[in-house]
Amino acid sequence: MAATQTGLHHRSYASELRIWTSRAQWIRLGLLTVLLLALPWVLDNYWLSIVNTALIAVVGAIGLNILVGYTGQISLGQGGFLAVGAYTSVILADRAGLPVPLSIASAVIVTAVVGTFFGLPGLRLKGLYLAIATLASQQIILFIVRRWGWLTEGRGFVDVSRLEFLGFRIQRETFEQQWYWILLIIAILAVLVAVNLFRSGLGRSFMAVRDQDIAAAAIGVNVARAKLTAFAVSSGFVGLAGALTAHYTEVISWERFTLDVSILYLAMIIVGGLGSVAGSVYGAVFITFLPVVVRGFAEFAGGFAPFLQAQLPAFQNAVFGLVIIVFLIIEPRGLNHIWTRIKDYFGYWPFRY
Amino acid sequence: MSTAVNLLIFGLADGAILALAALGFVLIYKATAVINFAQGEFLLVGAYTFYTCFVIFQLPITVGILVGVVVAVLLGIVVERLILRPMIGQSHISIIMVTIGLSGLLNAIVQMFFGTGVRAQPAVLPSPPVSILGATIPGNRLLAILIAAIVLTVLTIFFQKSKHGIAMRSVADDEQAAMTVGISVRRVYAMSWALAAVSALIAGILLADITAVDLHIASFGLMVFPVVILGGLDSVPGTIIGGLTIGIVTQLVSGYLDPGLAEVIPYIILVLILLIRPYGIFGEKRIERV
Repeated sequence: MAATQTGLHHRSYASELRIWTSRAQWIRLGLLTVLLLALPWVLDNYWLSIVNTALIAVVGAIGLNILVGYTGQISLGQGGFLAVGAYTSVILADRAGLPVPLSIASAVIVTAVVGTFFGLPGLRLKGLYLAIATLASQQIILFIVRRWGWLTEGRGFVDVSRLEFLGFRIQRETFEQQWYWILLIIAILAVLVAVNLFRSGLGRSFMAVRDQDIAAAAIGVNVARAKLTAFAVSSGFVGLAGALTAHYTEVISWERFTLDVSILYLAMIIVGGLGSVAGSVYGAVFITFLPVVVRGFAEFAGGFAPFLQAQLPAFQNAVFGLVIIVFLIIEPRGLNHIWTRIKDYFGYWPFRY
Repeated sequence: MSTAVNLLIFGLADGAILALAALGFVLIYKATAVINFAQGEFLLVGAYTFYTCFVIFQLPITVGILVGVVVAVLLGIVVERLILRPMIGQSHISIIMVTIGLSGLLNAIVQMFFGTGVRAQPAVLPSPPVSILGATIPGNRLLAILIAAIVLTVLTIFFQKSKHGIAMRSVADDEQAAMTVGISVRRVYAMSWALAAVSALIAGILLADITAVDLHIASFGLMVFPVVILGGLDSVPGTIIGGLTIGIVTQLVSGYLDPGLAEVIPYIILVLILLIRPYGIFGEKRIERV
């Protein structure tokens, strides 16, 4: 799963731990920075709102990938954990009057605790059984969210007040732009934390558990602790994504956190690449933009195939299902691997490898 | 008393249909070690195929069922050949995700052709009110129980006695040993998917008849998980007991406590079973422990 570039030969541990290994990476980083800085000036509000959604998805997808891709624990409970993060932050901020940064931080901690609790079956169960156990936890959390009237004060949904902290308040006219900068910074921080996590002993122990849990135990990894920490760290990211969703969309209800959302996030990391932080980012962006692109195509093709436009939601779902199947069959290592292969092709040209 | 009998019969009917759906699931798991998240969509496709024949083309019921069986067999074989076979040897996550993708695809295709609304279908099973122990029960529930019981018995006998059934059990037991004695593992794989689709077809038609023809039929597929975990993932009698138990418990909770709780009680049972006895009531104690 953890693919390394061909032709990259490390001669020391220090070199293996390096994040930046080539000048091309610095150039790409420069180009990416320019692109990210330019986006809010180039895009209109509609496209920027999709970019913002994608940035939140990046945080959530990284969280899920830590658990599924890096530690090998299947989770179908993502939607439930997003809900925990969202409701915790909103209730603390709007009803208990906590400043938003603190409420989001508390949401991260609460979700990490809840995630650890629902990770407990993971100590006894593996593979298929764990998938079914997390499916159950998803349904149970969602049931609680739906039926616990106190959460929504009996209305079924919660209005979230506009983001405001330390005298800073999101303005209506520049809503998307201001959120873009906030979400971009948080997404970058999430990427940095995740990348560095897997340079540390803790992150390496997650991967050891994924690759061979018995061998991991034999070399002194505390498997139970590694698994629970993975659940905690992963749920922390997911709780952050949930809290951000709540404050960004300014209204939350249980429909946002169904099993479909769990599947959406799993699709992101499958399409992007299991066990890869970069892959989580690619996958989150890809899956967020997919329905938009499909809608664009349906509108474009509407002239000669009005059927597509009339059946747009079904068409979008069909494409979504098909993308998952095709990726798994043709490129199970995802977009990240495709990107690695492209780089290798040009890096070693005119040789094949 | 009459409420209790009523709930019990309704639960039995639900449970019998659940057992049919779960049987297909267990078949696939036993022979190919695939967890099929698209089982609910197999029910959906079955119910809508029958609806198309019976209502849109006005064919007789028997022809409708025959067409349904043909479509189900083809669907099973095509899915196995095109989607699951390339996935052999991949990790659990990938195989689970591919069936999830399949479920999304099938659901979307049905939605494209038939929309999201409820379709009117004249009753297939006659429904005279029958009174048992002071409770009045629509006859179609009793017939549904009867039909499910017959199908389950036939399939159980098929596994125990017929050549193909024994071949399927041997592949489930040990693929390589089965291959060395000359069993075509590929054919067995294809056959288990086809049979699973057929049992889902029957479950789908029954469910559509006692509820309605709409997309909610697919959500029945998720209820399969509590059933199979309770009964044991690889046990045929287990699915029957599991199905009936879950059906009855759901109806009792819905009738006496709270219909909302009834939706989630199967999953609570699931978690408890996983914590206490992960291999279920009848399952083989081969579960991967850590």
